[in-house]
Amino acid sequence: MPNYRIHKTEYIDETKRVSFKYDGKTYFGYEGDTLASALLANGIHLVGRSFKYHRPRGIVSCGAEEPNAICQIGSKKDLTEPNVRATELELYEGLEASSQNCWPNVKFDIGGINNFISPLIPAGFYYKTFMWPKSFWKKVYEPLIRLSAGLGKSPTEPDPDIYDHKYVHYDVLVIGGGVSGIIAAKMAAKNNLKTLLVDDKKILGGSTIYQNNESIKIDDKLSSEWLKNEIQEIKKLSNLTIKTRTSIAAYHGYNFLLAKENLTDHLPEEKKKNKIRQRLWKIRAKKVVIAAGSIERPLVFNNNDRPGILLSNSINKYLDYYGVTCGENIILFTNNDSAYETSISLHKKGIKNIIVDLRKSASSELIKQAESLGIKIYFNHVVTNTFGYRKINSLEIMKLSEDGNTTVGNKIRLSCDCLGMSGGWTPMVHMHTQSGGKLDFRDEDQVFLPKENSEDQISVGSCNGDFDLENIIDKTVNKINKFLDIDNQDYQDTNIICSKENDKRNIWLLPNKIPLGKTKCFIDFQNDSTAKDIKLALKEGFRSIEHVKRYTTTGMATDQGKLSNMHALGIIADTAGVKMGTLGTTTFRPPFTPLTFGTLVGRNVGKFFEVVRKTSMHEWHVENNAEFENVGQWKRPWYYPKNGENMHDAVQRESKAARDSAGILDASTLGKIDIQGTDASEFLNRVYTNAWSKLAIRKCRYGLMLNEDGMVYDDGVTTRISENHYLMTTTTGGAANVLSKLEDYLQTEWPELDVYLTSVTDHYSTASICGPNSKKILNKLFPNLDLSDENFPHMSFKEDKLKNINCRIMRISFTGELSYEINIESKYGHSLWKMCIEAGKEFNLTPYGTETMHLLRAEKGFIIVGQDTDGTMTPSDLQMDWIVSKKKYDFIGKRSLYRSDTIREDRKQLVGLLTDDPKEILEEGAQIVSDVKSKPIDMLGHVTSSYFSPNLNKSIALAVVRSGKTMKGQKLIIPMENKNINVTVSDTIFLDKENKRLNA
Amino acid sequence: MFLINCPFCGERDQSEFSSGGEAHIVRPKQPTELSDDEWAEYLFMRKNIKGIQFERWNHVHGCRKWFNIVRDTSNDKILSVYKMGEKPPVNYK
Ligand SMILES: [Zn+2]
Repeated sequence: MPNYRIHKTEYIDETKRVSFKYDGKTYFGYEGDTLASALLANGIHLVGRSFKYHRPRGIVSCGAEEPNAICQIGSKKDLTEPNVRATELELYEGLEASSQNCWPNVKFDIGGINNFISPLIPAGFYYKTFMWPKSFWKKVYEPLIRLSAGLGKSPTEPDPDIYDHKYVHYDVLVIGGGVSGIIAAKMAAKNNLKTLLVDDKKILGGSTIYQNNESIKIDDKLSSEWLKNEIQEIKKLSNLTIKTRTSIAAYHGYNFLLAKENLTDHLPEEKKKNKIRQRLWKIRAKKVVIAAGSIERPLVFNNNDRPGILLSNSINKYLDYYGVTCGENIILFTNNDSAYETSISLHKKGIKNIIVDLRKSASSELIKQAESLGIKIYFNHVVTNTFGYRKINSLEIMKLSEDGNTTVGNKIRLSCDCLGMSGGWTPMVHMHTQSGGKLDFRDEDQVFLPKENSEDQISVGSCNGDFDLENIIDKTVNKINKFLDIDNQDYQDTNIICSKENDKRNIWLLPNKIPLGKTKCFIDFQNDSTAKDIKLALKEGFRSIEHVKRYTTTGMATDQGKLSNMHALGIIADTAGVKMGTLGTTTFRPPFTPLTFGTLVGRNVGKFFEVVRKTSMHEWHVENNAEFENVGQWKRPWYYPKNGENMHDAVQRESKAARDSAGILDASTLGKIDIQGTDASEFLNRVYTNAWSKLAIRKCRYGLMLNEDGMVYDDGVTTRISENHYLMTTTTGGAANVLSKLEDYLQTEWPELDVYLTSVTDHYSTASICGPNSKKILNKLFPNLDLSDENFPHMSFKEDKLKNINCRIMRISFTGELSYEINIESKYGHSLWKMCIEAGKEFNLTPYGTETMHLLRAEKGFIIVGQDTDGTMTPSDLQMDWIVSKKKYDFIGKRSLYRSDTIREDRKQLVGLLTDDPKEILEEGAQIVSDVKSKPIDMLGHVTSSYFSPNLNKSIALAVVRSGKTMKGQKLIIPMENKNINVTVSDTIFLDKENKRLNA
Repeated sequence: MFLINCPFCGERDQSEFSSGGEAHIVRPKQPTELSDDEWAEYLFMRKNIKGIQFERWNHVHGCRKWFNIVRDTSNDKILSVYKMGEKPPVNYK
């Protein structure tokens, strides 16, 4: 097996050999490696296939910007993870990784055929081609795309890992642990500011930490040696927290940031167990220092995507940090000085290399050094083509014309096994712009820079466009002193020697003799978009960068265009003949690098996903086999199946029992608001449609609450407990919103009213007993209470004791039956329920759930707000004009009841529906029409509630129908998938129109 | 994510609050006297300004008090916080 590890470094522990599997084959690396560096050490460059053309692709970079080396980790159904960047994944014993986006395998890939038909796959291909013929979608396109494309596989089973969230507050947050970040953190912490320094890598130091060029020195030491000292020093600072393997995901307003800390991703499987895998830090910082660094740019030329073509600086890092060379015969293609550092490093390790520089000439310390080492440099030349299928084996260069627009002279063919490219550097302004910062464009080296730094945020180092070490350190020190309003002298006498870059030349799309249409000049490696695609989009009329981006999919892959956005912008500007700075940029959206769902969700999984509210009777329901329904956060008994009953049978039995003898419902979830104060009556007058002043003490009244737009908002029964004391009930789901709405009006519109609101929903448990035998059951529970209609009529309230415990008893009914609601302090709710069940035994007292409750009230035509209403129904639409006071001067929503729209006769109105076949049960939500032949069919309304009534022995339904009020007796049609159901419009009250049962 | 200085509790995270839209829209004292258009103006019409905006906020997961803020919607800076019933600061308009 080839070994490209050519020297020892302090970052690779050669005593700790690590075995791992890649595409099923076992390899070895060392502790300290990333998956990418270990693969390169084994001579593996080819790591995937491109998305559209399935071209062989290799490792390009050594960090978060990596577009190609993304892999699938593990194969377990619950733990496998797609789209992991091999350049960031630290190697561990037993790691299993495989390449993505290639089928059947990376070396033989069927989709590669796309490469040969690529003239047929231009920009917008998917939009244009897959439009027609329609039938091809399901049968041809989609299966093909699904088989041969896609970016990895999602796990199919729940994630067993543990994730965590943590809130922290700091005086200063420093993002990035390179040289400028370390200086900033040290200055802040030494001035008694509580400081947090985060860096996404395993160790601090950025790209300076492996810097070893003799022409770059600080205080007479190699810059890397000097920086190591600084790191040792800051580790001693007590008010500095350092978090490595931690990357900022998002920068929101008011210096609120999210960071992801990787805790176990670098550990072997047995050491990951029972540990928190990733932690999401929610950081508030008074001040933020962004020292995020910069990313090297690729160059755009024909066939710039072959395996073995990397960013020049990445070649340098693999060599000096990991001890791995990316080739043995390397060519560096550059437009700036940084490739010279790589070249000199390679040369010193004995790796043959030459430089192709598109600048006409250039001079600096670094270039002098390279020249003196005898490194061959081709100035004013450009790479025009590369060769080699699975890996680059040679390339062609040509001389540039005077203006740089064309190539001149003869092709020169050079053999190589690796090509490094350097198109300059792009400052990482993501964090700055995410926080709302604006950008400026610097023409000289074609970079976007933070425009202004606010009083609570600053960018320093190369993310601010300062590239040489002297500039970085001097400017960082000055800016931080000002920004933090301190006077730190630590770096006053620091002596920095570095090479200064003097010459710049940038060409976004490099010239070529071959027509552009026949080239493959890749801009976005991961989404396979080329310079040709961008030009085509412009030709087709796209102008905005946001549109071009979407049309060509440039910058829309998982790397979010970290390597491609600038080139796309540059080519658009050049083609359109405008200055690049005037185009703006695309939006930099969080997260900076992809986050796992686990990190975002943290501990809120399983039973912690959402708050669950249970009544005090809940355990009884569970013991008695209840099926539950979620109503808001509440768990409510839905029905109580007996002896294997299905829902229909259980509901039929429960409904019949409630009307024939007695039923009991847990009504504890209804919202309860305690209302007190001398203006309580006036307040109710203003919030309900009906009048309240005259409600006698110890009486109950049903109320309807509207929104200011006149639409029904909530309903419920309110009891006057004493002169200035009411108890309001609301719907279960509406309780919190009703309280908020009432508080809003009290605090903002009517602050003069003396009214106090308290939510007592959780304080009382409620058992509702209904049916002809309910009075007998009550009598057993409260033998001293006079239950006669004279003393305790319908819609009235009594208090009595149950074994010395106070109970509030209302005689109110939502079923149309004689009915009592017993309220007791919640801690006694379970006992109350059991005593009711015991007392009801001889009367077949049957517990019923929400489904039966819905059926019983539908028999009586009582509405359920939210089921029969949907925020567009007025009281009149519901045929409830009787509850709207004509006398009251005002109440919430009154004025809206006679707007031109609300008085229309042809609004949708609540009606009853009876099916011609009494056994036919309608589907809730089904559409209602009068004529199925006309086209388009005129939709009149829909079914809102539908049940089979065992008490009437027929199907009943409520519906909203246009002009329904005038349609009684009319025939309508419910068109279903396989048949049309004939119905007749009826009254909304199906049972006991005279309300005789209330006093049964 | 804003930091909002509740006039009753002090600085708290935005997640404790809910927004109640435009401030200083007074419910008409005599709605029945209004034409449909005038009522619609109160009911539906809200400004959506890029710049200085007066807003109602509720410390819903805190003291549950309503209050007003002045916010520059172009940069989300909260320029002033004041209690219900207090006059809006005059230096913003
Ligand atoms: Zn508060």
